[in-house]
Amino acid sequence: MLVKGSEKRIFTVAPHAGMALTGLLADGRQIVNSCRDEAQQYKRFYGQAIPGKMLNQRISSYIQYFTLHDSVRPFGSSVILASYDKSGPGLYMIEPSGVSYGYRAVAIGQEKQVAKTELENLDFTTITSREAVMEIAKIIYKIHDDVKDKEFELELSWVCAESNGKHEHIPEDLLAEANKVGKQNLEADQFGSDEEMEI
Amino acid sequence: FFLSHLQRNMGPDQYTHTKKMGTLPTKQEAEGHADWKDAEHRMGTSIMAVQFKGGVVLGADSRTTTGSYIANRVSDKLTSVHDRIYCCRSGSAADTQAVSDIVRYYLDVHSAQMGEAPEVHTAATFFQKLCYDNKNALSAGIIVGGWDKHDGGSVYCIPLGGALVRQPFAIGGSGSTFIYGYCDANFKEDMTRDECHEFVRNALSLAMARDGSSGGIIRTAIIDENGVERFMLPGNQLPTFYEN
Repeated sequence: MLVKGSEKRIFTVAPHAGMALTGLLADGRQIVNSCRDEAQQYKRFYGQAIPGKMLNQRISSYIQYFTLHDSVRPFGSSVILASYDKSGPGLYMIEPSGVSYGYRAVAIGQEKQVAKTELENLDFTTITSREAVMEIAKIIYKIHDDVKDKEFELELSWVCAESNGKHEHIPEDLLAEANKVGKQNLEADQFGSDEEMEI
Repeated sequence: FFLSHLQRNMGPDQYTHTKKMGTLPTKQEAEGHADWKDAEHRMGTSIMAVQFKGGVVLGADSRTTTGSYIANRVSDKLTSVHDRIYCCRSGSAADTQAVSDIVRYYLDVHSAQMGEAPEVHTAATFFQKLCYDNKNALSAGIIVGGWDKHDGGSVYCIPLGGALVRQPFAIGGSGSTFIYGYCDANFKEDMTRDECHEFVRNALSLAMARDGSSGGIIRTAIIDENGVERFMLPGNQLPTFYEN
């Protein structure tokens, strides 16, 4: 009965940066709002887009603040921050404690361990944005447990050279293809094909 | 018609016209000419910055005046705001010093947070913010020039109102008015370091020759990937052109 596309968990925080949430989404959405403010303030003051690592620093400090006082509770949401600036692409993950690292690939949420294992198989030096889209789709479908988990909707966004450095949800046709690839890969697995992921 | 013609030649009151003809100056009038005692330090100035292949050359004259007295004939109008970012200052000496000190502070904090050298564009934006927001109080014409790893050499001009314009080369100060033609005719994109240095020195020399508020020595700074190199050309060694 859920309307498709009504519950998004990936947001654009600046033209060149996006954020994905897990955990308490309401908390996560507050982080997104703060992130948007931060990016806009930086632009107003410095006259340029906030670099990924600066945005990461600021959001981490902001989230950490809520661990200092007993009048507030920490955010119940981990976030993944993706950016594309003059130094190239950046990927960061910030936990409720405020700790954050830069990553080549990262996973958060219920099945993050399984996802991380799958991600480790990828070759980060050669993979293209489109290939990465397909790989992620395969992984998401793979770790989804039909029995335990509810029905899911795949949501994918990117910020890369192909999107001209803008963060946006991937084009409709690419999303359709990603869904198809994800399902096909699952079926292939079920028929006992080789466990190795195609790259 | 005749009456109105008469009235036009009158001063503020009906007697001023005749009074000026044969009276001695009052003490106040005489002392009024000694404005150098009280006047603000100004940098009449000829400044410029030019982008070349791999960096920028900044240049300035060295005259600071208070009224008609040359308070400092060897001033340094090229001021560093970071390792590879300089600014050329013109207008009020106090205003430009204050503004560049603030920008230096901001850039210091910013580069510490970023963990890398700031972009020239960032420095220029700081200057612009200060000059525009305080435009009613300031009298500052600034040219920012420097090198950063993203854009290479770049030049930004921030004139009196606080606009920000990136240009391949920029000239400023009272002396610049005399060299617009020379600069337009002789500037080339992607000059070599030495060609560019010569261009700056020639242009400033011409400006200093014609502008009473500019003179002294020519100070230049060449900024590239490797750092800053500073030069001083004494007044008696300036390039000469037609001298009547």
